[in-house]
Amino acid sequence: MSQVTEYSEKVMDHFTNPRNVGELEDASGVGTVGNAKCGDIMRMYLAIDEDGVVTEAKFKTFGCGAAVATSSMATELVKGKTVQEAMNVTNKAVMEALDGLPPVKVHCSLLAEEAIHAALWDYSQKSGVQIQGLKEPVADIDEIEH
Amino acid sequence: MESYIYLDNAATTKMKPEVFAAMKPFFEEQYANPASAYGFAGKVNSFVDEARDEVADFLGAKSREIYFTGGGSESDNWALKGVAEANRKKGNHIITSKIEHHAILHTCEYLEENGWEVTYLDVDENGFVDLQQLEEAIRPETILISIMFANNEIGTIQPVKEIGRIAHEHNVLFHTDAVQAYGHVPIDVEELNIDLLSASGHKIYGPKGVGILYVRTGVKIHSFIHGGAQERGRRAGTSNVPGIVGFAKATKLAKEHMQEDGAKEEQLRDYFIAKVQEEIPFALLNGDPKRRLPNNISFCFQFIEGESLLMLLDQKKIYGSSGSACTSGSLDPSHVLLAIGRPHEIAHGSLRLTLSDETSKEELDVVAEELAQIVDRLRSMSPLYEDFMKKEKTA
Repeated sequence: MSQVTEYSEKVMDHFTNPRNVGELEDASGVGTVGNAKCGDIMRMYLAIDEDGVVTEAKFKTFGCGAAVATSSMATELVKGKTVQEAMNVTNKAVMEALDGLPPVKVHCSLLAEEAIHAALWDYSQKSGVQIQGLKEPVADIDEIEH
Repeated sequence: MESYIYLDNAATTKMKPEVFAAMKPFFEEQYANPASAYGFAGKVNSFVDEARDEVADFLGAKSREIYFTGGGSESDNWALKGVAEANRKKGNHIITSKIEHHAILHTCEYLEENGWEVTYLDVDENGFVDLQQLEEAIRPETILISIMFANNEIGTIQPVKEIGRIAHEHNVLFHTDAVQAYGHVPIDVEELNIDLLSASGHKIYGPKGVGILYVRTGVKIHSFIHGGAQERGRRAGTSNVPGIVGFAKATKLAKEHMQEDGAKEEQLRDYFIAKVQEEIPFALLNGDPKRRLPNNISFCFQFIEGESLLMLLDQKKIYGSSGSACTSGSLDPSHVLLAIGRPHEIAHGSLRLTLSDETSKEELDVVAEELAQIVDRLRSMSPLYEDFMKKEKTA
């Protein structure tokens, strides 16, 4: 497990003490991305007020240290932003906020970006609010066997 | 050094002080090249001979059938490529299993790219090869069967003797990768019908970078490293004398302590497995409950991912390993766990703990307690667990 030593202190911090873990009842938008086959699933919950501002964000993640850390950071980055601003939070921004990721873990930051988009899409569908540049999420989880 | 709990002995072991002491003179005073002509070198050479006798005796082999190599992977590569090339006239077919170490699997892939054909046998849910499937896979052009003695991830010990018997009934050579088994369980190459066997020093409290290949007299095999006349001209390169002496010393210690240590480890292993099964829900034991290496514990914990698990254990100074994709750098989880039928998302949540002769019950109690908390914590943040629990409630 060489990656652990490659993680930045910020990644380790967000992995060890993830911010905003949990669920939001009556969330304005919920999005789940990734698939169990690849070993990463992120679910993001957003509470959005009538002004279109993200007031709360929560997540649940099945995945590696980087997946947890990027989810945690993504929730931090979207909080307090308008939905349009949240839409523009990129995987690069998530990575930079974490002081970088090992190359094999870059896909985790992409997943975090997709999780934001998926939650915003759900909100947009429910509320009818248009968000510029938002597309229907492509990532969907495979049927999970138990 | 800070206290920690090391449970990754299948990856490597801590070298015994006695082994280090046995090796030390061969770095310092007895540094001559054993192939040189003067008496100083001859004396060193006699220690290499003694080492070979020690290993041969341990395996029930003849000294001339033991070749020292640079480790387990080299031995596996040599066995497969060397036998394949030397027996090309007889045939081009090799049989192995889906749960071999990559030193075997990647070598087989290499051979496939170069004209050989390889059958990869399935294993059952406990990791055993099916002897009937093995026998049916044998063709007139089959030259070699290579099946590991015991699996490195799930610990399952194969029916080696029967595999060897089937091989010999069909006039096929039998190689076994015994890297995880050598020094941990008794092996007699005669009794078990083994023609070639790989083993490694650092899995038995010996040095890294040294291993052996046992090659039964009469087996046709090409040289792997070409050069000087070392190892009867079959494995060139100046003898790694400290490594060889260390390997033999570790073998000697294994011979003396294997039975006692194995019994103790088995007891601790079963204690820990029972404890986990009792205290952690949705924990699946990988491998056979009984026919497994004395020091191997392997579980899949549903709804969580292995790297996260290892990282949180690491923070508690508990060192284990996982077959999860994230620890291997690929997206696929362990081929072994997939071969025993674990679905992807469950295979991702694996943990392997491998004991040493120094592992104590107290340590395992600490690990079990920490593990239960960590699994709980990771499940509390897992969307898979959330979905599962919601389904349970509505069901």
